[in-house]
Amino acid sequence: MTDMPARLALRGITKRFPGVLANDNVSFEVKPGEIHALLGENGAGKSTLVKMIYGIMQPDAGEIFWNGERVTVANPKAARKLGVGMVFQHFSLFEAMTVLENIALGMDSKIPARELESKIRDVMDQYGLKLDPQRIVADLSVGERQRIEIVRALLLNPSLLIMDEPTSVLTPQEVDQLFVVLRQLAKEGCSILYISHKLHEIKALCETATILRGGRLVDTCDPRVETSRSMAEKMIGGNLKTIQKPAGRAFGAEKLVVKRLSMAGSGHFGIPLRDISLSVRAGEIFGIAGVAGNGQNALLLALSGEEPVSDAAAITIDGQPVGDLNAKRRRLKGLASVPEERNGHAAVPDFTLSDNAVLTARDRLGLAVRGLIRPGAAKKYAGDVISTFAVKATGSEAAAGSLSGGNLQKYIMGREILQKPTVLVVSQPTWGVDAGAAAAIHQAIVDLAATGSAVVVISQDLDELLGLCDTLAVINEGRLSKSMKVSEADIDEIGLLMGGIHGETEAAHAA
Amino acid sequence: MSTELIIAIIITIAGAATPILLAALGELVVEKSGVLNLGVEGMMLIGAVITVAVTLTTGNHLLAVVCAALAASLSSLIFGVLTLTLSANQVATGLALTILGTGFSALFGQPYTGKDVPLLRSPFPPELATDPIWRVLFGYSPLVYFALIMVVVVWWFLQKTRAGLILRAVGENDLSAHSIGYPVIGIRYLAVAFGGAMAGIAGSCFPLFLTPQWVERLTTGRGWIALALVVFAAWRPFRLLAGAYFFGLMMIFEIYAKTNSAFRVLPSEFWAALPYLATVLVLVLISLRREGSTAAPACLGKPFVATG
Repeated sequence: MTDMPARLALRGITKRFPGVLANDNVSFEVKPGEIHALLGENGAGKSTLVKMIYGIMQPDAGEIFWNGERVTVANPKAARKLGVGMVFQHFSLFEAMTVLENIALGMDSKIPARELESKIRDVMDQYGLKLDPQRIVADLSVGERQRIEIVRALLLNPSLLIMDEPTSVLTPQEVDQLFVVLRQLAKEGCSILYISHKLHEIKALCETATILRGGRLVDTCDPRVETSRSMAEKMIGGNLKTIQKPAGRAFGAEKLVVKRLSMAGSGHFGIPLRDISLSVRAGEIFGIAGVAGNGQNALLLALSGEEPVSDAAAITIDGQPVGDLNAKRRRLKGLASVPEERNGHAAVPDFTLSDNAVLTARDRLGLAVRGLIRPGAAKKYAGDVISTFAVKATGSEAAAGSLSGGNLQKYIMGREILQKPTVLVVSQPTWGVDAGAAAAIHQAIVDLAATGSAVVVISQDLDELLGLCDTLAVINEGRLSKSMKVSEADIDEIGLLMGGIHGETEAAHAA
Repeated sequence: MSTELIIAIIITIAGAATPILLAALGELVVEKSGVLNLGVEGMMLIGAVITVAVTLTTGNHLLAVVCAALAASLSSLIFGVLTLTLSANQVATGLALTILGTGFSALFGQPYTGKDVPLLRSPFPPELATDPIWRVLFGYSPLVYFALIMVVVVWWFLQKTRAGLILRAVGENDLSAHSIGYPVIGIRYLAVAFGGAMAGIAGSCFPLFLTPQWVERLTTGRGWIALALVVFAAWRPFRLLAGAYFFGLMMIFEIYAKTNSAFRVLPSEFWAALPYLATVLVLVLISLRREGSTAAPACLGKPFVATG
């Protein structure tokens, strides 16, 4: 195999955007049948690099070799013709259309619908991917949507498959299934370029890792012999901070108590909440684990007050019933919340950071008085958040949407935390956030709890919850399990609870 | 009611429905590609005035309709350049196109005002349409049949062809369509040009068989009804057909209110407004009944800027 030319070789690839050097003289090779990781923080230039391999962008300088021959990838069609398939991080799917129509759109040649459907079924059988071609995409789970993208790519018999952050939205079980497919593909000779910043996954899956930082290649290593920590430090170019958690903390009085909270599911696919009870004490971080789509969204809406419930006593803060209060009134009682979706839910992308601060901090911090915004105070507060949480932004007048995911998340978390809430409820605090920002956000949560606030963290990332929380419960089909101390928790039991007791329970793997 | 009268009513309904149907079908395709062109009324007026001019000059109806389609399509490309290439706001540009169309047609139509335009009659031999029953089948202007055929063609194109699938994809998620490698802007240009041509032909209907004379603002706001119809018909061609013919049915009242004393209970303005009110009302009711989200193309009205 050694004398075979590399499936893909990049030599000196450089790409410049106004004001940024996205890729600076990047060279590496992907061998046939190799699973090759492309590692780096958000903004390190990974996505730009693969967009050039897939022909969405053209490099300013440098050469691309395919099976030893120099090629120019003019557009995605040319890339597919070479045998490059790509599964995007943000799925390029058409929600109102069927699975079949979506796949047909990704085909370059015209194939009759019936023939295409049988081809799809063949590929799905071959790789054990389950999908109904006639369903509308809008009704599918995230994992199923990704399967569409994978099937679409596989139908073209690729010899290089690019996966851009494929697991950031998947459940542990779905990740396992995906890895089985990828290993099978690699065994059949297909090279895989796997972009991620989840290091334990890369250790489990990949043979080689190319690490980018600030657009430059900093190292190529074998992830199987590296530690997660050593790779993370190469990625961020410094020492990774571990969460500083004071040992042997005592918890104070009960701050947030939820008693037999039930709520009908909203919309077509909403999961109803059934009899949820939990209690969080001062200084305690309470984690809610679970596979996506088991009522986490409804729970966040119920706790934040976006969806008040009729039973006021179902939720109490400091003993005061707040269940029937809306989000604004609950904020006045000391409850702050951060929803999962940064753009459009937690923040208005087109608003400036200081305007976004006014949206949630106006009452607690008096940023608006008698209906009039105090721009000076708002700017000052936004500036405080930016400096305290080391948010990379051009200032308090930068548009929220101009920040990278991790920086916006730091800003949103900071905006709530500096209001010194009695209770903070956050959902997916580090979703799609790079390692450095995630560490900062985790530390901020721990520090807030240390000042006596009660914190609820809803996350699908079990590792995150195990590292961060004091107490843990699992949500499944709208029901919450009993609470358990993280120090005494049994991973297998949590895995079983996440899968539902009666579900197809492959015990969650301990990475 | 005599058979004659019923047949006359049916023919009137079809006549009134046809321009709305044609314009709405064009706009449906435009909107399915993700573009909102509010200039339908203006493009219809351009089509109407060109039809008058060409018919009066050459006497050739077919040439007149083709010229109307081309002229309106050309005007829609002005809209296309502004909104698609230059990413101007589609709502504002569409409104400007209507104003342009209104002004242009008034100016250009000046010399033709008040002159009788020869009618475009049924394409079938007159012997076929002598019997009243046969007239229901064969007694219409060719554009009436054309509109009905176009309902099927548009439906078939959007649902059954690959090109239609790609067009819907562009309207549903322009960024994804771009990343797969479809020319979003190019497809939208084609859709906009088609919408313009259909609006132009819709405009032809007025001088050719509805009101065979040029007057300013000849289309009397039917372009706006066509726009509303697209939304309330949930972007479905056959619902457009039903909506347009329902509008035609309501038009009957306006016509008969002028001659029949039984209608005098209410002022004539009420009967004139009734088709508009009733159509919107019925369509709103239909769209309320529908479950779930609206069927609007997800990218409707949003400018597309390729970011690579």
